[in-house]
Amino acid sequence: MKGAERIDALADLSPGSVCQIVSLELSGLLRRRILDLGIVPGTLIRCIRRGPSGDPTAYLVRETLIALRSEDAAQISVRTLLNGEECI
Amino acid sequence: MNLSAKQKRSLWQDHFGITIAAGQYGVALAGNPNVGKSTIFNALTGLHQHTGNWPGKTVDNAQGGFQYQQKSFLMVDLPGTYSLLAHTVEEQIARDFLCFASPDVTVVVLDATCLERNLNLALQVFEITPNVIVCLNLMDEAQKKRLKIDVQSLERELGVPVVATAARQGEGLIELQEKILQVASGALPTNPRQILYSPEVEKAVEHLLPMVGSIANNTLSPRWLALRLLDGDRSFLDSLSSFLGVNSCWEGARCAQ
Amino acid sequence: MCAMMPTRSLSEVWSEAEIVRRSYPNSFSDQMVADIYGNVEQITNNVLTKQGSKRYLFDQKLDDLVTSKRFGYPLMLLLLVIVFWITMAGANVPSRLLASGLFAFQDQLTLWFQWIGTPSWVHGVLVLGVYRTLAWVIAVMLPPMAIFFPLFTLLEDSGYLPRIAFNLDHIFKKAKACGKQSLTMCMGFGCNAAGVTACRIIDSPRERLIAILTNSFVPCNGRFPTLIVVSSIFIGGAVAPYTGLVNALVISGLILLGIATTLLISWLLSLTILKGEPSSLVLELPSYRRPQLGSVIYRSILDRTLFVLRRAVLIAAPAGGVIWILGNIYIGQQSLLTSLGQALNPFGQLFGLDGFILMAFILGLAANEIVLPILLMSYLSTGYLQDFTSLEGLRSVLVSNGWTWLTAINMMLFSLLHWPCSTTLLTTYKETGSKKWVLLSFLIPTMTGLSVIFIFTQCVRFLGLV
Repeated sequence: MKGAERIDALADLSPGSVCQIVSLELSGLLRRRILDLGIVPGTLIRCIRRGPSGDPTAYLVRETLIALRSEDAAQISVRTLLNGEECI
Repeated sequence: MNLSAKQKRSLWQDHFGITIAAGQYGVALAGNPNVGKSTIFNALTGLHQHTGNWPGKTVDNAQGGFQYQQKSFLMVDLPGTYSLLAHTVEEQIARDFLCFASPDVTVVVLDATCLERNLNLALQVFEITPNVIVCLNLMDEAQKKRLKIDVQSLERELGVPVVATAARQGEGLIELQEKILQVASGALPTNPRQILYSPEVEKAVEHLLPMVGSIANNTLSPRWLALRLLDGDRSFLDSLSSFLGVNSCWEGARCAQ
Repeated sequence: MCAMMPTRSLSEVWSEAEIVRRSYPNSFSDQMVADIYGNVEQITNNVLTKQGSKRYLFDQKLDDLVTSKRFGYPLMLLLLVIVFWITMAGANVPSRLLASGLFAFQDQLTLWFQWIGTPSWVHGVLVLGVYRTLAWVIAVMLPPMAIFFPLFTLLEDSGYLPRIAFNLDHIFKKAKACGKQSLTMCMGFGCNAAGVTACRIIDSPRERLIAILTNSFVPCNGRFPTLIVVSSIFIGGAVAPYTGLVNALVISGLILLGIATTLLISWLLSLTILKGEPSSLVLELPSYRRPQLGSVIYRSILDRTLFVLRRAVLIAAPAGGVIWILGNIYIGQQSLLTSLGQALNPFGQLFGLDGFILMAFILGLAANEIVLPILLMSYLSTGYLQDFTSLEGLRSVLVSNGWTWLTAINMMLFSLLHWPCSTTLLTTYKETGSKKWVLLSFLIPTMTGLSVIFIFTQCVRFLGLV
């Protein structure tokens, strides 16, 4: 993966940008839910849109659109990709 | 598990509340939520359905019978789940049914438009039971999204029959029934692909393997048992004791902790 | 006890596995999931080719509109109004036809009964009681349901409903509840019992209980006809040319009130008996799909309309018989029914209703569908209704029994905010496994409704508006 930059939280991603999952700081059932949906370290994820009032946010991951609240997305670390546009 | 037909019938009745007739093939239907599982279930079983809850759980249970080529089948619609790692009641029910009821055939319904997330479940099913058919549903939607899936290569990769369907249009359902019959009767052998884990996990499995072999009286795959132990999955050990009667010792261990 | 066990017991192996698990710096569980997806990617790389398509673009464009800041909420409101407008405008004519047909048949039945020479009380119980109530239930309920359910199933099949949850989640988060609660409320429009069952989709037990306890604040299909008829008579009828639209707006307003109440009560519950912070939300937004018209009609008519109608008929038939008997057993000068109504009357008047309305709601515990038919039966047991088929006829019956616009509004408010039907209570018991929650699911909406109409009535009376 070229173009790797700094480590961010998934929640800080703006719509349209693509990033790669680094690690999950979540715990319990939510952590398992997220993992089972294929959001595992290394996965590419694209921020698609925010809800009408800014939260939750919909992400495209493995061809599915998944909405997460900002509190939860804040606990997922990602690496922003500059040239990730074609990857997903 | 290797059970006699009679033992199996009473196990289905006692643990799952499902009545299966003598000589009837048991077919489990697994899949993620929203993949058209119930469309397939309705199309195959029509009005011959029985709905209720799983014993002691607030989770829907639907069963239905169908006939194909003078053979009788009982289809059990498992709860829609993303995984079988048993973090929810639904996952636990689906896992226990595949594991302990050992259906003659398990049909895993996949959404062709998001193959990766659906294969996650399929590969987990492959670890539990060898008699699997993959039903690649929503092929019409995949076509609209211009996703091209090479069904023959997929069949080769997975080692089980793959049937492409568009259940809402009724496409591919006859072929699905044909494959169910073939696998149930043993005419079509299957050899599902097993997950290869990273070296650390494989090493740990190797380490535990000699110990677990005898635990489940050789009725379950030792490799899978070892993986569950590494997963630290207590719910599975609880199920194991209730189904196989390994209880007293396990209960002791629980109290000790 | 372990004598029969093989060389190693389960507990020994478990502790051995525990040691192995602890020796690994990361979590084996996480690693395994990641590994499974690694295997999956290998497979898909070999079998899947993406050619990029306009189909994704279509979804995106639609989502741009449906979840946009500017149009997201207005669009939801618009859909709500449209659905009810179509339902009410469409149900009007068939309802009238059904009523005139069914009541014409009643006269025929009466002739047959007379011809056979049955005693008049048998004719009374069977024709004037059972048959007439059934005719009401079918004429009033069948057309709106046969229109509403297919429309709702269309929305459900198209993939729009998860977008509602997406749009509304942050409001539910403020009420310390889950956005998926809006999906269970959508199911509640069809049937509150189904709505309570649908609460299974909410993971957090606290938030699931909140959703269960507040589900009856969305009016189910058994209550729509009551709302529609009362609104048509007293509000829509007053503005002749736009009756349908005005009714749709009134009903939509009531539903918004129900939603607001749901949010308020959810928030209050989160501060008191179901204390807690909002948990997480993982909501899948599936692709839009073109609904299969055939299967929509098949499922909505067979599974829903006929199912609900059957339930209503099964309860309405005996209830109609009982009402007729009560109305025709006299103690002194008064029928039992009138005595009962009068006994409840002071209490009803306090809340701006009357004794018969209260009695109809109490009997409606069996099924909300029978509230209006029973009420009309009660009024008619003492009076006459010449014209069964026009709203004007109904209006004169109600007005001659002392109804004002205040009674009409209270009737609608209390229909929206009162105890759930017995099926819903039973379902709540099955889902929660506790009588305590069943009791609360009865008390919370009841107290809310009584407070609302009491305050409203006293205010209106104080201001001298009625």
